[in-house]
Amino acid sequence: MSAMRIISAMSGGVDSSVATARMIDEGHEVVGIHLALSRTDSNGKSRGCCTLDDARDARRVADKLGIPFYVWDFSTEFAESVMDNFHSEYELGRTPNPCLRCNEKIKFSAVLDRALALGFDAVATGHYAQIVHGPDGVELHRAIDPLKDQSYVLGVLTQNQLAHSLFPLGGDTKVRIREEALERGLITAKKPDSHDICFIPDGDTAGYLVRKLGEQPGDITDATTGEVLGRHSGTFTVTIGQRRGLNLTVPAEDGAPRYVVDIDRESGTVFVGAPELLDVDFIRAINPIWAGAPLGETAADVSAQVRAHAEPVSASAYVNGGELFINLHEPIRGLAPGQAAVIYSGTKVLGSATVASTNRVGKQSALHGS
Amino acid sequence: MQRVYLDHAATTSMLPQARAAWLNVSESVGNASSLHTSGRAARRVVESARESIAEDLGIRPSAVIFMGGGTESDNLAIKGLYWARCSQLGQSQLTIVTSAIEHHAVLDPVMWLSQHEGAAVEFANTDRQGRVSLVDIEKVLVRGGVALVSIMWANNEIGAIQPVHAIAELCKKFDVPFHTDAVQALGQLSLGLGELDATAVTISSHKIGGPVGVGALIVDPFAKFTPVMHGGGQEREIRSGTFDPASIAAFAAAIHYSISDLSEHAARLRELQEYLIAAVMSAVPEAILNGPPAGEDRLPNNTHFSFPGCEGDSLLMLLDAAGIDCSTGSACTAGIPEPSHVLLSMGVDEKTARASLRFSLGRDSSKEGIDQLAQALPGVVERALRAGSVSA
Repeated sequence: MSAMRIISAMSGGVDSSVATARMIDEGHEVVGIHLALSRTDSNGKSRGCCTLDDARDARRVADKLGIPFYVWDFSTEFAESVMDNFHSEYELGRTPNPCLRCNEKIKFSAVLDRALALGFDAVATGHYAQIVHGPDGVELHRAIDPLKDQSYVLGVLTQNQLAHSLFPLGGDTKVRIREEALERGLITAKKPDSHDICFIPDGDTAGYLVRKLGEQPGDITDATTGEVLGRHSGTFTVTIGQRRGLNLTVPAEDGAPRYVVDIDRESGTVFVGAPELLDVDFIRAINPIWAGAPLGETAADVSAQVRAHAEPVSASAYVNGGELFINLHEPIRGLAPGQAAVIYSGTKVLGSATVASTNRVGKQSALHGS
Repeated sequence: MQRVYLDHAATTSMLPQARAAWLNVSESVGNASSLHTSGRAARRVVESARESIAEDLGIRPSAVIFMGGGTESDNLAIKGLYWARCSQLGQSQLTIVTSAIEHHAVLDPVMWLSQHEGAAVEFANTDRQGRVSLVDIEKVLVRGGVALVSIMWANNEIGAIQPVHAIAELCKKFDVPFHTDAVQALGQLSLGLGELDATAVTISSHKIGGPVGVGALIVDPFAKFTPVMHGGGQEREIRSGTFDPASIAAFAAAIHYSISDLSEHAARLRELQEYLIAAVMSAVPEAILNGPPAGEDRLPNNTHFSFPGCEGDSLLMLLDAAGIDCSTGSACTAGIPEPSHVLLSMGVDEKTARASLRFSLGRDSSKEGIDQLAQALPGVVERALRAGSVSA
């Protein structure tokens, strides 16, 4: 590979630190960028993803690696494209994935566009995924470390975006990356992984949404008997498939656990029931985005993944009227509208689409969802 | 590649005279507040520096209160005068008159007093070139209830020089304390502090070639200031903290050199300033010079441009890669540029404000460096324009 001019998106974590170091080792001209995404402090000035500590760590790694480093303020774009969307999707009773949205609208769109315009060739990140140059163009594949694979959250990237993206870590395990960070003497080597949504650092999504959207209380109702079992403070505080934190006041007769199986936003009712009610065997998904050639109207054998760390399920999928239909060969338990379904051929990402409605196993009724 | 430093208004290279003074004093031990021989020797350094500064600036030594820099001096001037005036006048709330183009070291203490102590704030308007309206100041003074007036001597972003002598006279007429932040003016303009009826003047060392972390508030010795920091009361019970004799000596050396060299230095900067403005306008004809035209209304080291359609931080990054250090001219938190509050208050729209760069000159600036800037600019602006159009 000839030397390129690369923007390395440095979050201040161990992964993007090592990714940056590797790009430099390969002889590329690398500039480190820390993205200021959310404005969370009191006087409205921008903060980087998560904390100022992360911005500082990123800066210090760039110092150690001897590359220029800047903070790019994308907080306005982030608020509009990711946070507002997160709020409105939940308000509409859907379950969005903000990381996916950020990759689609910010990291590999606004940031990449700016990088290209400024004369850079590509954006590198510390995501665990692999770029493969295939006969028909650039392919996105799963990382070799199944525990860390992040191809799911990159499933929203188009061919053109992938052609300018570099994921230097996808061929290694997380354990190996941490070792390498230590060997390189990077201060982020022992930093814990981040799991939370960056603008909800305490991990309390329900509490965050109540603060943002206001309390909208309603009943929690038994999906089978119609009996009211408790109250919730907003349909957006629960997710399809959720079991914990429902505070049901009426115990189940058989003592069996009950899960959120349906949310009726119109009446503000949350329905709970046995886990079997959650099983989904068919998905209708909208707004598909293709990594390469789109699927056709003839069903193709694929595997489908519906959340970041879910097991992929074998399926057949086809496109009709601009929508993606996925016939699951074995049911998936708990799937909410708004989640992304990413479909693969082997390890290769074919594309993704947003779950609009599903069919529950054993039901002949209309598809669930909107 | 020879780097070209065009950010002297942020901080400038240390003068050899200042460095020598610092190193010389740093060889000796002694707390300037100690009573023994070593302590008295350290105190001698501090007092000699005070006298030297007083002589160079045409004021009395007792007017010089050493501080830890410009921000601390501004805080003492604003809060210290406000509190003292409230207690003198037996009022719990008074009005502060300032301008919207002040440095954050003035604006933020003023807004803090407004939010936490109920101070009323009146902003004097500025014209399109960033000059503060005397009429606005007078209107508020006539109304009464004013704790103090604080107007900077010269603006740090766009170089606009304010009519501080006239403002001081006006304040004197109404018997209201006047503070001016002269951090950018010192070493570039003949201040005539001896003839200025100001209550407090902020100056800082590192903008004129002294070390960072030392400055002074030049005060009317009869004015009352409520201390902001409490402690040993080393500086006339107004400012606490151990004296830093080495830095104070270096500060005095920097003032001495820059005052003795003032007219030649300013003349040289003015020539370079005109050269730079012409070079930039010729390289990028769409560029807009912000602030007053080069001349008596503008600091000799300051130039400030908007490049419509570009993002200031894209320009900065591309120029950085081309070996040129400059600034977007606004305060940064964690390196994130905000649109300049100075330009916004002058009526510049946010997009144009974000498209701005400040190039500020200093002793090591040269026509060759400016040529390097002019050579890099067209390509840099073209790229930044492309980046600006994708992010818009």
